[in-house]
Amino acid sequence: MQLESKIPPGPLEKKWEYAKAHYKLVNPANKRKYDIIVVGAGLAGASAAASMGELGYNVKCFVYHDSPRRAHSIAAQGGINAAKNYRNDGDSIYRLFYDTIKGGDYRAREGNVYRLAELSVNIIDQAVAQGVPFAREYGGTLENRSFGGVQVSRTFYARGQTGQQLLLGAFQAQERQIALGTVKQYNRHEMLDLVVVDGHAKGIVTRNLVNGRIEAHFADAVVLGTGGYVNVFYLSTNAKASNATAIWRAYKRGAALANPCYTQIHPTCIPQSGDFQSKLTLMSESLRNDGRIWVPKEPGDKRPPRQIQESERDYYLERKYPSFGNLAPRDIASRAAKEACDEGKGIGASGRGVYLDFADAIKRLGRNVIEERYGNLFEMYHDITAEDPYEAPMRIYPAPHYAMGGLWVDYNLMTTIPGLYCIGEANFSDHGANRLGASALMQGLADGYFVLPVTIGDYLATQFGKKVTAELPEFAAAVADVKDRVNRLVSAKGTRSVDSYHKELGSIMWEYCGMARSAEGLKKALTMIRELRDQYWRDVRVTGAGEELNQALEKAGRVADFFELAELMCIDALHREESAGGHFRVEYQTPDGEAQRRDDEFLYVAAWEYKGEGNEPVLHKEPLVYEEVKLATRSYK
Amino acid sequence: MNLTLHVWRQKSRESEGGFADYTATGISPDASFLEMLDVVNEELIAKGEEPIHFEHDCREGICGSCGMMINGTAHGPLGGTATCQLHMRHFNDGDEVWVEPWRARAFPVIKDLIVDRTPLDKIIQAGGYISVNTGSAVEANTIPIPKAVQERSMDAAECIQCGACVAQCPNGAAQLFTAAKISHLGLLPQGQPERYERVLKMVDVMEQHFGSCTLFRECEAVCPKGISTDFITRMNRDYLTARFGVR
Repeated sequence: MQLESKIPPGPLEKKWEYAKAHYKLVNPANKRKYDIIVVGAGLAGASAAASMGELGYNVKCFVYHDSPRRAHSIAAQGGINAAKNYRNDGDSIYRLFYDTIKGGDYRAREGNVYRLAELSVNIIDQAVAQGVPFAREYGGTLENRSFGGVQVSRTFYARGQTGQQLLLGAFQAQERQIALGTVKQYNRHEMLDLVVVDGHAKGIVTRNLVNGRIEAHFADAVVLGTGGYVNVFYLSTNAKASNATAIWRAYKRGAALANPCYTQIHPTCIPQSGDFQSKLTLMSESLRNDGRIWVPKEPGDKRPPRQIQESERDYYLERKYPSFGNLAPRDIASRAAKEACDEGKGIGASGRGVYLDFADAIKRLGRNVIEERYGNLFEMYHDITAEDPYEAPMRIYPAPHYAMGGLWVDYNLMTTIPGLYCIGEANFSDHGANRLGASALMQGLADGYFVLPVTIGDYLATQFGKKVTAELPEFAAAVADVKDRVNRLVSAKGTRSVDSYHKELGSIMWEYCGMARSAEGLKKALTMIRELRDQYWRDVRVTGAGEELNQALEKAGRVADFFELAELMCIDALHREESAGGHFRVEYQTPDGEAQRRDDEFLYVAAWEYKGEGNEPVLHKEPLVYEEVKLATRSYK
Repeated sequence: MNLTLHVWRQKSRESEGGFADYTATGISPDASFLEMLDVVNEELIAKGEEPIHFEHDCREGICGSCGMMINGTAHGPLGGTATCQLHMRHFNDGDEVWVEPWRARAFPVIKDLIVDRTPLDKIIQAGGYISVNTGSAVEANTIPIPKAVQERSMDAAECIQCGACVAQCPNGAAQLFTAAKISHLGLLPQGQPERYERVLKMVDVMEQHFGSCTLFRECEAVCPKGISTDFITRMNRDYLTARFGVR
């Protein structure tokens, strides 16, 4: 396997222009002769499907929901970054680029990130033209707020529902193409395998979730925009159905998977309240603009928060990171919360929580302003906890939120399988070892609206006249594989439910591959995961049949893949003997407990190649070359 | 808490459905309604029975996947919330709860509590968008929008397309859903060029699939996002202008 990043030559700010000038093009009249499969319709998938449909390609879009608008992008709350510099506070494309590289702890590609920063401004223009109702100033211009890890205000938002509004923009554009016939929509279809013909991705195998039918679909190129994999932890902020199956199937067909150990634990989520808990709910990072995070100074202090005097509180982020304070990046804020709880200062019944307090902000700005800024988030918090955050501080704790790792892609977003593209959270490309707040929406839309529709032509132009049909033996073989797997799952009439296994896997991952990792713990986790996986295939109980709507079966397949992915995450975390961003190895920290990178040995992307059942995956290294940014120890003090 | 549940079970679109009785025991008041069903489902699986199928995903009240009639009310007794954000503390120990799928001619049952809501997407396909190809947008701040207009548009844009409005309506009408999208776009300057064509096309498709609105306003009462029936008035005015008036 060769990892060719295909970063264009020339200075950073000219690379994308150079690339666009040199891509092969597909003649407008020929575009309709190409079929492109897009799997997933979140921000990345929907914007890609719509934009490629507008160009005239024949797009087939597959989602497992009943409508493309249900994709998990819809739940993003806080905002989207763009280097518009509307606030005149010194922002620029370069600064957004630099903040993203630094925020990612110097583990992302310069070329990709610079392009992302350049395109950020076009995304805002496009979204506004589509009718996305971003927050406005009284004069009618666009409003901004700040987010973690930066010192400018560049985040655009639509109340606490920015993801929803951006996704509706993309969804509406996609529905328009469906009406025009350029996009053919397949709802309630789940991709269960990738079809590779002569080394090129030429189709997928899906299961119709209503009647259980297994079908093959062919195309000239396949695009995966299937999101992240932190549901491997069972409890996460992801939607319940979010899963890794599409990228995992691609990995097993030859696509390299990069940096799987880079997962983001978000600092501000509502703590778990019991064993019945099915997911964790995020409280937007934007709350840290006005909320102050604290714990009691005295371990074990269980008095109600309002009885704890100012002098008895530890505003630990403000104390440790005075220049960024409560807006320290996510990985740092999460670890600091864990540290406080490990010291016995955690609040709430479980002792795994810290306060996010708005009392000062309400005093300074008035309740109305706080209500206008965060009203829906406060309501959500109240619905879930039955506590009023206007009166008592919120209780929060970190939770798995985002996967920086994903399928390895080159600058053109193509994986190591020619013709297979990967966009949005599903790829590994832009966030390094830690993603900054409000950058996921930006990346998903940059990939889908502006990058992929251009880069895919460069590949398609080489495929003219190489059309395949679903009659090829490769399709029959993939269909047979999928049927076999489905049959194995439905015939496993064991004793325990899928969820009970998923919970157990999740707690292993949280304990040993969560916020703090060690060689010893990771080795232990690997043994435990392998044992549990063997037991799973022998003992899982899947009710119902394959040829019907069967949610137990859907879950069973996804969890089976999570087991394998969990193993690779631990292998990756074990091999990376340094701390970087979301990957914190306890053996590698500075005397004051900060992450200790080891650039001399680990300045590379770790791309793993599948070598068959029972064989160790093979590591390929893509060296990271920094021409513009000087490597430094990340400091937010 | 312990509850008695009567849940609609239906194997497939073609088969007959009926109520089955279950008990939910040892439920935490902090659990959501869906988490209560998770507990019941785990017990069903342990007994070798098929779990109750229901649609759900984000469990944060935003994706619009979930929804069921709870004691005859869409999304249950709380109001202003999706089923996933309804917590068991709003019930009492010993309560009897009837759980049904959305009941509307346009939404056939697929299995248990899962219905087919495809006609809502069809309304969007008819014109629920602004026709602007990727790349052709002008600089964002060249279109100033008064804050009040943007806020009003956002009030409508918050719709999560769950279908509760249709399910609760005695006529099975989709006016609130359609009006929300028409108003979201029609209030904004960007939405003006297609404003009247849009209302004609969307209302036309709506009427092919759904019942007629007679202003019961039950939709507004159950809407998890509190979308106002004022938008229906606005849609009607735009429709009349488009059909008969001077634009």
